[in-house]
This record gives sequence, C-alpha cells and structure tokens, in this order.
Amino acid sequence: MKSHTRSGWGLYPQIETRVVRAHQAVDLARAHPNASLLAQGSCRSYGDACLSERVVSTAPLHHLLEFDAERGAVRCEAGITLDRLIAFIAPRGFFLPVTPGTKFPSLGGCLAADVHGKNHHSEGSIAHFVEEIELVLADGSLARCSRSERADLFWATLGGMGLTGAIYAATLRLKKVASSYMRTRTIKTRNFEELCRVFEQTQNQYTYSVAWVDSLASGARLGRSSLILGEHASADEAPPTAPFKVHGNGGPSVPLFFPSGALNGLTMRAFNALVYHRQLRRQCDAIVHYDPYFYPLDFVRQWNRIYGRRGFLQYQFAVPFNGGRALMSDILTRIAQRGVASFLTVLKTLGAESGGLLSFPMPGYTLALDIPLHDRSIIAFLNELTQLVVGAGGRIYLAKDAILQRADFEAMYPHLNEFKRIKRACDPHGRFRSLQSDRLGIT
Amino acid sequence: MKKRALILGAKSAIARAIAVRLAEEGYDFALAARQVEALQPFAADLALRCACQVDLLEFDAFDFTALEDLPRRVERASGPFELVVLVFGYLGQQAETARSTEEMLKVLNANFTSAAVALGHLANYLEQRGHGGLIGIGSVAGDRGRQSNFFYGAAKGGLALFLQGLRNRLAPKGIHVLTVKPGFVDTPMTEDLDGLFLVAKPESVANDIVRAYQRRRDVLYTPFFWRWIMWIIRTIPERIFKKLTL
Repeated sequence: MKSHTRSGWGLYPQIETRVVRAHQAVDLARAHPNASLLAQGSCRSYGDACLSERVVSTAPLHHLLEFDAERGAVRCEAGITLDRLIAFIAPRGFFLPVTPGTKFPSLGGCLAADVHGKNHHSEGSIAHFVEEIELVLADGSLARCSRSERADLFWATLGGMGLTGAIYAATLRLKKVASSYMRTRTIKTRNFEELCRVFEQTQNQYTYSVAWVDSLASGARLGRSSLILGEHASADEAPPTAPFKVHGNGGPSVPLFFPSGALNGLTMRAFNALVYHRQLRRQCDAIVHYDPYFYPLDFVRQWNRIYGRRGFLQYQFAVPFNGGRALMSDILTRIAQRGVASFLTVLKTLGAESGGLLSFPMPGYTLALDIPLHDRSIIAFLNELTQLVVGAGGRIYLAKDAILQRADFEAMYPHLNEFKRIKRACDPHGRFRSLQSDRLGIT
Repeated sequence: MKKRALILGAKSAIARAIAVRLAEEGYDFALAARQVEALQPFAADLALRCACQVDLLEFDAFDFTALEDLPRRVERASGPFELVVLVFGYLGQQAETARSTEEMLKVLNANFTSAAVALGHLANYLEQRGHGGLIGIGSVAGDRGRQSNFFYGAAKGGLALFLQGLRNRLAPKGIHVLTVKPGFVDTPMTEDLDGLFLVAKPESVANDIVRAYQRRRDVLYTPFFWRWIMWIIRTIPERIFKKLTL
C-alpha cells in the first residue's frame, strides 16, 4: 500500500495518507480491515474534512448506472466528478440542480457536504434533489436510505462529512434546461448597504445570485461589489448552432507554486479593482455559457498554487438575516484593520435549511473569504471572529474549515447530538473519521 | 449493423480504456472476464454514454477445455463479432514465482498457453467469417529475458512470436493482427510496484492502440519511446547483459 501526501484544496493541513483505491462497492469498507478510514473523492474541500491517515479513494467509482430521461433522474457512483456528470447530462437537456463553484468535486463529496450553489435562496441545497443514497456501512453492508427508508441515516449522511459510512452511489433528480447557456445581469453596487438592498430587491426575481465583494475597499466603499444574477437561457437566447454545448478541457494550469508573498495587499488590490471596474456601466446583461458562469476559477487549473506552498484558509460563515449585515460589516472591517487581504470574497443569501443534521446553509447571508496563510497567527485571529459568528447565531461551513474549535462547533450545530447518536448506531467502533471530526470531537 | 468487439480480460484498466475508445468508433461489445459481474457499473456507463450494446460474458482463462467453444459462446450471448482484443495476463511476483510450481504455471498459462489456445480458436472463427482483426497485448518484458521477471517475459515473448505467426497466416485473408507492447502503465497491476518510471496513462495507451489498429500497424510500442529503449536493451551483447541487474 502506497503512502501519499494529501491536503485539501487550501493546501493546509497536509498529511501522509495510506490510500487504497476502491474498484467495487465492497472495497469501500474492506479497504483497511478493522481500522479507521475515510472515503476520499477529489479532495476539493478546503481544509481537513477530506483527510485521514487511511483513506479509500472513490476515484475509480465514476460510473453512470442508470439514466431516466423522462423523470430527469440519474443514478451514479459516488466517485463521479461533476464535470463528468455534466458532460453526460448537458447534451441531453439537463443540468445539475445545485452546483458548487467548481465542477471537479466528486458527487459523494457534494452529498457529504450537502453543498449549496448560487440558487440556494430559491431552490435549496443538493439534499433537496437526492432521492436515494447507497451507503456502505462500517460492517461492510450496503444500506439504501431515502426520505422513506432509513430516513435518520439519510439525513445524517447528507451533510454528514462522510462519517456515517462511504457513499457508494446516489440517485439525483436533475434540472431540465432549454440550453447550456445562462442569461445574466451584473449590477455594481457601491457599498454594503446598497448590496444588501439590491439582494433583497432581486431575491424573488432570479434563481441564481452571488456577489463578488472587493474586500479591500474600505470606509464608505466597504462592501463594494459586483452582484451577478442569472437564469438558464431559453432555446432562442442560446447560440443556434450549439445550444447544448459541453464545457471543454479548460485553460492553462498554474505550473508551480507562487512564492508565498506573491499575493500581497498590492496585487490583490489590483485584482479586485480590476474585477470591479471591468464593467463600467452600473448594470450589464449578457448570455454566457454555464462553464464561465458557474465555474470561472476552473479555467485556471490548480489556481490554489498562487497562494504558495503554505496554502490558504477559506473562511465561510452563515448568519441570520437579522443582524447579519452588521456582523459582516464588522468582520470585514476587522479583517481590513488587521491588514489581511482576502483575494476572493463572495457573498450570497441562503434559503431554508435542508434537513441534513450537520448541513451548513441556514436562512441568512453567507460570506466566504480566502485568506493566505503567510503566518499561523491568523488562525487565532479567525477563531476570535468565529466567536462573533457564534454570538450572532451563525455557523462555519465544515467543507471549508481547517481551524474551527470544538466548543464553537458544538454551539453552532443544534442537531449534533442526534447526529452522534445515529453515528454510534451505524458505526459503533467509530471507523469512519477524519482529521476534522477528531478535531471537532465528533469522533 | 454495428461492429462488435470481443474483449478478453475486460476488467483490466487497459481493456476498459480500449473499450471506451472503440465505443467512440461505433463498436458494440462482448466483455469477457472472470467474475464479470464486477464489470456491470462500467458496462452501464459505457452503454449510456456511447449508446452502444454491451454484453458481459463469464470467462476463465485457465479453463482450457472451454476455450474451443469460446467463439460460439460469444455468438450465442452477444452476436457475431469481428474484432478480438486479448488483454488478460498475470504478472505475479518473480521471487514467489521462482519458488512455486503453481505460480510458474499460472504466469506461463495466463500469458501464453491460454492466450495462444484462445487466439487459435478465435482466429479460425475470424478466418471463416473472412474479415475482422485481432489485437494482442504483449509486453516490453517479452523483448529480452531479464532476471527480474523472465517467467512473465518469456510468456509474453512467446505470445508475440505466436501473434507474428498468426499475422503471417491471416494477412492474405485480409485479417489484421496487431501486437502491442506497452511499457509501464498506471493500472491496479502496477499500483504497488516501486521504482517504475515513464508510467503512462491507460487512456493514452488505448488511444495509441486503436490508432495503430486503424492504420494497420503490425507491432506497436506504447508509449512510442519504448521502441528505442527496447532496441538498446536488445542490442547489449549477452556476455555483458548477463552481468547486469535490470
């Protein structure tokens, strides 16, 4: 068995891992007999949620098993990456009902994190579209779970970070679309107040919405943003020659690690200003392909290397609407005062909770910041900010997290005890565990 | 009507990659392997993506008596076929092989005896039909006997010689025979081996194989540079070579 150095997308932390590849469902629990393990897909979560000393890779389990065009449902193995799934469904007039901002995670990883997308305020997280999960439990048995069958296991597994077992396959309801294109409207806002006002005004009108915040603008311009709204384009709006075009193989790759200081206040300020000023008018409409719309960063492969070998943290929290705006202003101001620069800062609104016991999204705002790890003192600083998030009734997204502390975590997730009870019942020896679940005291 | 390919040893990573490439060329499939039900997810995926017919066939290379009937079994289960791709093989571990009669026979039988008997009968079938082709996967290890894996190498070398003869016999009938000699390929077979270099992806190897078959090449080294590496290894004089540790 080979040993590999693995990390999440944030390149922090890193761990020596023994990896066994699963070629069949039975391999998922058999891979490391009687030892602790974790199913690992594409390692696209940012921190340590996907890391463990022993992992079973689901990468070879990437097959489509069934497709029902009439019902718009697909059953596939959990190791399939979203880009492979899209390549199959897009030409057939379907799209993912929910997608994160990259198309390279595995489906299993997306279910384990109960991912949300730009349409969370209107359509919810991916859990809403999962009909059935086929889960390999710690004892090697295969459990089918759904809303009607072993529902407790179903809701513990969606958002359960791989701790209930290893997902072998899932049945997902797809979204019928008229083309592969998106009709978008981009609105520039001058500050936080205007941004939140425009968000409120557009909530009910657009299925997709997200704002790129220039986190380096401060004072009166704090929170200046580009708010991007979108809908799937109709057949007439798409280019008539290839209305169901599939994404290509992507563009260039970052061939090597940038020096750790390459992304500093100056270069980030320039980049953020460029993104903001790229559009001169206040409002701009366009028809764009789904690839640049949903996955703008996928265009540069391994873009995480621009943060250097020390990596970066992604800090994403959700807060209720009530008091959320004040908290976000407060946090952005504190970050600016400390001289920390966030390269990409994304804000969006979230809708109702999915029912996943450890699912992240809750009604309110969510703000995500990329923070380079030039030195470790930033970790203590962010944990201080987390106190504010807890105080406001918010929570941190486990799929992004590498630094959250146990007490804070326990204060954020109200269904944790129920989750632990189900986990103990289906995995009495605690086989499925990750660095994160150990750190947070879940396992 | 669509063309059909029979792939023997279809569970291997190279076989799967070849199937994916052939599906793009419009083939249907009979996929044969031991404990073939493990191939169901792959078969479902291939059939959905490429809108082709994929049939699975239980096949045990060590069951010699069943090999004569193989062409008819395939026809019954799936239908007539015109391309045979023989991929199965068994690497073993040289140290263990050198001690155990059972392992010796397993390596020799899987890589040569069974392959030759199966191909012998399949060649008769293709000859009767009067068209089609045959792809056999040998190995660069078959180009020169080396202490590190000569059981495997001798069997694969024998297979290459066998394919050469078959090519000579079938060429006048318009049936093409391609011998493939892959170098190191990133597959479960090589997953735990150390000290491998220039490891190729199964997809790129499969791409080379299908292109070489379409261009009616006789012997393919893949990746291409193995032709030159093996040329150098073959030209080292034996009195020097016998003292090397390769």
